[in-house]
Amino acid sequence: MDNTIVATHESHAEEHHHHASLPQHRHHFETEEQQREAGTFGMWLFLLTEIMFFGGLFFAYLLYRNWYNPAFVAASNQLSIPLGTVNTAVLITSGFFMALAVWAAEVRKKGMLVLMLVLTTVFGLGFLGVKYFEYKEKWEKHHIPGANFDISEFVNPPLNPKTGKPTEEPLAPDMAQKTQVFFSLYFAMTGMHALHMIIGIGLLFWYTARAQRGDFSSGYVAPIENFALYWHFVDIVWIFLFPLLYLINRHPV
Amino acid sequence: MSATSSTIVSLPDQKTATLPKKNYINAEDGLMSWLTTGDHKRIAMLYLISITFFFLIGGIFAGLIRLELLTPQPDLVASDTYNKLFSMHGIVMVFLFLVPSVPATVGNFLIPIMIGAKDLAFPKINLLSWYLYLAGAGFILAAMILGGVDTGWTFTTPFSTHFSNTHVVTAGLGVFIAGFSSIFTGLNFIVTIHRMRAPGMTWFRMPLFVWSNYAASILMVLGTPVLAITLVLVVLERTIHIGVFDPTLGGDPLLFQHLFWFYSHPAVYIMILPGMGVISEVMSTFSRKRVFGYTAVAFSSVAIALFGFFVWAHHMFIMGVSNYSALVFSLLTMLVAVPSAIKVFNWAFTMQKGSITFETPMLYALAFIGLFTIGGLTGVFLGSLGMDIHLTETYFIVAHFHYVMVGGMLMAFLGGVHFWWPKMVGRMYPESLSKLSAVITFVGFNLTFMPQFILGYLGMPRRYHSYPAEYQVMNVLSTAGATVLGIGFLLPLIYLAWSLKYGAIAGNNPWQATGLEWQIQSPPLTENFVETPIVTQEAYDYEWLAHKTEQEVTTVG
Amino acid sequence: MSSQHHDPANVTNPEHAEHHIVGPKTYAIIFITLLTFTGITVAAAFVNLGILNPIVALAIASTKAVIVILFFMHVYYQSKLVKMTVAAGFFTFLILITMTLTDYISRAWGLW
Repeated sequence: MDNTIVATHESHAEEHHHHASLPQHRHHFETEEQQREAGTFGMWLFLLTEIMFFGGLFFAYLLYRNWYNPAFVAASNQLSIPLGTVNTAVLITSGFFMALAVWAAEVRKKGMLVLMLVLTTVFGLGFLGVKYFEYKEKWEKHHIPGANFDISEFVNPPLNPKTGKPTEEPLAPDMAQKTQVFFSLYFAMTGMHALHMIIGIGLLFWYTARAQRGDFSSGYVAPIENFALYWHFVDIVWIFLFPLLYLINRHPV
Repeated sequence: MSATSSTIVSLPDQKTATLPKKNYINAEDGLMSWLTTGDHKRIAMLYLISITFFFLIGGIFAGLIRLELLTPQPDLVASDTYNKLFSMHGIVMVFLFLVPSVPATVGNFLIPIMIGAKDLAFPKINLLSWYLYLAGAGFILAAMILGGVDTGWTFTTPFSTHFSNTHVVTAGLGVFIAGFSSIFTGLNFIVTIHRMRAPGMTWFRMPLFVWSNYAASILMVLGTPVLAITLVLVVLERTIHIGVFDPTLGGDPLLFQHLFWFYSHPAVYIMILPGMGVISEVMSTFSRKRVFGYTAVAFSSVAIALFGFFVWAHHMFIMGVSNYSALVFSLLTMLVAVPSAIKVFNWAFTMQKGSITFETPMLYALAFIGLFTIGGLTGVFLGSLGMDIHLTETYFIVAHFHYVMVGGMLMAFLGGVHFWWPKMVGRMYPESLSKLSAVITFVGFNLTFMPQFILGYLGMPRRYHSYPAEYQVMNVLSTAGATVLGIGFLLPLIYLAWSLKYGAIAGNNPWQATGLEWQIQSPPLTENFVETPIVTQEAYDYEWLAHKTEQEVTTVG
Repeated sequence: MSSQHHDPANVTNPEHAEHHIVGPKTYAIIFITLLTFTGITVAAAFVNLGILNPIVALAIASTKAVIVILFFMHVYYQSKLVKMTVAAGFFTFLILITMTLTDYISRAWGLW
């Protein structure tokens, strides 16, 4: 006996806005609207997993910042505020360009879309470039946790030439060792963030190539839309990382 | 074969019945068509084969454990080896069997059909899920072959990060990858259930099986990533010594446990909720009655998922958490038992005044209700702080979780596989043999694990391979039971395989059940439905079914 | 009998989320706002606000995140389902943080 489900209604009424089916329409979806909504919803669910993934790191940070506050303050002051601020601005700008890319896809402007994707990529690479310099500096100052970690700068902070007073509150040796916890979390969190950016940039190269071919300027915008969600999410993670890592206590005592 | 009063099975005339000419199994030929499929039904069958394989491996480890525990002396294997045996048993059974068991097999197969859809929302991601499962399983197998892991499935620090010299990183990576398999399955289910229901299929007309899998999927999506980051941190700590869990570097080993159990407690609900969904379906069908209190059962599923997030530290009562937080978590644990109890209540009332028959799926469902209740109640004992301090890390815990996971979940899995077997393969399994197997499993299970409650209460610690001589009698009973249980699990493998070729042709609806899946051919077409169904009936609407069957008999002839 | 209209369960033609295209002007405003808040948070770090320093920093970061979510990620214009989903994600994150804190806050807080 074959399928006994029989449509009890007449062949379905025309859809209100009938448009030619996009070639990317997958046939287990009844309409493209359904497909697009499902895609966006699915991407948001994936971003929820990312929130929870980074969440564990944020808790570890919360705990140890409170347990070893003096060490975290001293270690945080080793990070460069100008570089961090510039990087934050760079990432926000790349997010701005990505948002414009989505708009360009929606209004079917291929040239604009490709330009925006390229700018997003360039600024994303710029961010990673700055991070490379920051990491390199940490390497040179022996502030990478492990056998070569050097706590001398925390135990005997350099003196301010004008006032003769130490630039930082000196730490006892065991608290100074805890600066390694800060740097471990710094590298883990910014490293995980950078990994997500590298994946994003890889995808950007691929999407830029496809956009240049015209894949996304004839109404099929879902990949650009959903990638933008991912890119903005990575931006949001940095929006939190920046003040938490760079701006713990910069005010004069 | 007409229905007699003692069975509801209704098969087509076997002399003329054949499998449908076109179905998802013969739609395309060749191994590659299976390995690159997007069809949720094919992927479900691929999963079924894979998880059965890993269940056998986990079972072998269990057998070795029970063999060692036959005698009080540590005479079968060395201590380190024993540690590896129970660790591998746990890792394989939890991550490679229990977590994917119902969702990835019958869930994958049935959820689109039950809601009237042609496939899941993201078929390619569904296939990716299976490959991630295999990749994760591959890493875990590799860890096993390279010498195993001895930290327990719980990877507790600082042993796992510092002192163990076994393949923690390999196993951890394996679990990490398998976790993504679970996440993508859950993600797929959530989007499908929200966005692909057929016209007329409102939330409250969906079968309760769908509700349970929906609740489990929420847990998969929100909980598993925390396990992922935890394992990443363990791997980093082990390889480059970042110190986040290391007390000598300023870390807190308890932080690991908080993050680990934040996932692993909801994980037990990920494991049991889909099984509860199976029970709802089976209870209704074999009582010929709608599930009592549909809304209560539906909301209970979601409540279990929600409350499941609030209780994880009850696994950590003796680990050094503060008394105050232990109190809070203990109180919340009492709360999480309530929705489960509501469900058991509702299943019992489904049976009341129903026409009950005892086909194999019903036997498994009845076993579930009894055994899950025992397991669940002992969970409440363990949730009370005072009792837990005495009972934790003893065999009482081992018995508790085996009652809920094996007596509960595995029975539900077997019940589900038997219930939907005719739909998935088009043929019936042999009923007498399956009934025998169910009874053997039930007897074997209780013989294995009931003595362990006693052992635990008397103080036998878990994860030890030697014990004082006075515990031997109970241990011997337990090992004897394990042998019987093993037979009970092997029999279905044999007769289900046999049924693929020689089983009776099932027809569309051998159980005369409601539900969209029973209104289509067995095995189904690749696209499930010839035309999108329009749903007007409520769930478990036996009057609608009777009316429809009547119509078919008079109009089709 | 057509069940195509006014059937809220019919998700083949969801009547929600008439597709809204967010334009460059909105994006530009959000962009400037984000940069401004970045400047504010850096400036605030140099002022001694005592216990309020981390609170102000997190409040500013949260505000930035919210406007990115609402406008760059279009959530302001999306269906209730998407809004609930975002809320559920942050809710679960907060459960992780707060309930784990119940342990740490009641033992050895700030002591090492």
